[in-house]
Amino acid sequence: MAIIEVQGLTKKFGDLLAVDAIDFEVEEGEIFGFLGPNGAGKTTTINMLTGLTRITGGQVYIAGVDCRQAVKKVQSIIGVVPDESNLYDELSGLDNLAFCAALYGIPRAQGLKRGRRLLKQFGLEEAGDRSFRTYSKGMKRKLTIAAGIIHEPRILFLDEPTTGIDVVSARQIRNLIGDLHRQGRTIFLTTHYIEEAERLCSRVAFIVDGRIRHLDTVENLLEQAREEHILEFVLANERVLDQDFLQKEFPTARIEVSQNRVRVHTPRPTGLKPFIDRFSDLDCAVYEARLLRPTLEDVLIKITGMDTTGLQEVKMG
Amino acid sequence: MKTWIAFSSILGKDMSTYYLKPPNISWGIIFPLAWALMFFLRTGEPMDVREILPGIMSLSILFGTTSMLAVTITFERRRESFNRLLLAPLDLNLLMLAKTSGAILFGIVNGFVPVLIAFFLTDLGGINWVAVFLGVVLISITSTFMGLFIAVAVREVFEAQTFSNFFRFPMIFLCGLFIPLETLPIWIRPLSYILPLTYGADLLREAVNGWGYFHPGFSLAALLAFALGLFLYSIRNVKMKWID
Repeated sequence: MAIIEVQGLTKKFGDLLAVDAIDFEVEEGEIFGFLGPNGAGKTTTINMLTGLTRITGGQVYIAGVDCRQAVKKVQSIIGVVPDESNLYDELSGLDNLAFCAALYGIPRAQGLKRGRRLLKQFGLEEAGDRSFRTYSKGMKRKLTIAAGIIHEPRILFLDEPTTGIDVVSARQIRNLIGDLHRQGRTIFLTTHYIEEAERLCSRVAFIVDGRIRHLDTVENLLEQAREEHILEFVLANERVLDQDFLQKEFPTARIEVSQNRVRVHTPRPTGLKPFIDRFSDLDCAVYEARLLRPTLEDVLIKITGMDTTGLQEVKMG
Repeated sequence: MKTWIAFSSILGKDMSTYYLKPPNISWGIIFPLAWALMFFLRTGEPMDVREILPGIMSLSILFGTTSMLAVTITFERRRESFNRLLLAPLDLNLLMLAKTSGAILFGIVNGFVPVLIAFFLTDLGGINWVAVFLGVVLISITSTFMGLFIAVAVREVFEAQTFSNFFRFPMIFLCGLFIPLETLPIWIRPLSYILPLTYGADLLREAVNGWGYFHPGFSLAALLAFALGLFLYSIRNVKMKWID
């Protein structure tokens, strides 16, 4: 059953069309990934779904409630974790959680009890009495997620939950998201990290320039990518690393060049040797050559037609 | 019940994190003393404490509330923690009332600090305390809502400070406290009449010294109208600008 239904959702800022009549549904209990480069419309979409931004056009129903008619009712069943850790520096971790609980009408004693439980679950038990300003970035992200679920929402919106934090904290947060999902929560996740979406989400939507370019299950998307065969070469000679030049050399393949790496996408299974031989003819040493397993990243490139610069934006944020 | 829990938590947090901090408490004490000293230096003669009491009370409230609220809200907006409040299932009017209540209470306390000091310096007999209380509360409310009006108009904390002064300093001279209204140039007098502090200060003067330019009932009505107008206008702007 769809818990989020979006039909023709549109947002204009003056003349700028930020979100252009998008449609999608999120099933109850799934992790739905919302991917796209910077400025694609991800945060604007979340803001419209959660009531932080006015909807210009279209309809949004969350748990059957019309977002435009009863936004406060919607806000009582959702939790939002913004891309910035926006808790209060002056308050301790535990007081922050109790305060956030109180915003949803939960008495302080109960908020403190839930807060202690979440601090333990998130590995922040020792830091509960310290002020938020003393937390590391990873700890801040974890506490911000805890604050987003203190009122036990049915749906959790996570905006870039692992951006800008260390690898260990990012892994812990991914595990926590997995745990929340196993507890039955619906999670709407925007991320710059395609690998993260591939690992966590059951379905993903790619949004580019305010439009959803593709929406499918991760499995189906990867299946599409498997129809393509990808070879990667690391070359020595920079002379041949011109994309147009290489494209002319290999007209039946799709060529991508990034620094000294060349990716060759072919519609049929192809061995590495013919390419290594051709590079050799061009007086270009091949340091490394391999066949790649197609990833969601490859699907994104194929679907959006994004170049490697755009892809870097998607990957790095 | 749920609404009250949210309301009181916002108020409690603001009181403990902003208004009850030592710098603000000392501000509430130093400010009236500084104004009293300024009057003394200006006249060079023994002062009639009761004569200057309404002015010092009014200015203590005005300066204690407008910039405090404007700065704290702008600060929370910049840090995006204010979005946390906008995302709570709390009616926007109630949310903004909760955010402003701390400043109003702070203003009321500020307003009575000069009274406490005056208590040791002069006889406070014959004062209409009900009118004083109403005056202090309404000046606090209108000054706080002016701070809200400023907070909605700016993006940066320093802009909030600058914009507050843009309103406050002309008010000192136009509200009839130090320059009698009838001596102001005729073309500037309409400005005095559109300032809430004119009516607040007049109400306090009437209550403390037994004379004023306006009927106390009229001042009360004017202050209530200013409070309602500023609040509704600010809420409209919050909806327009912050939930865009």
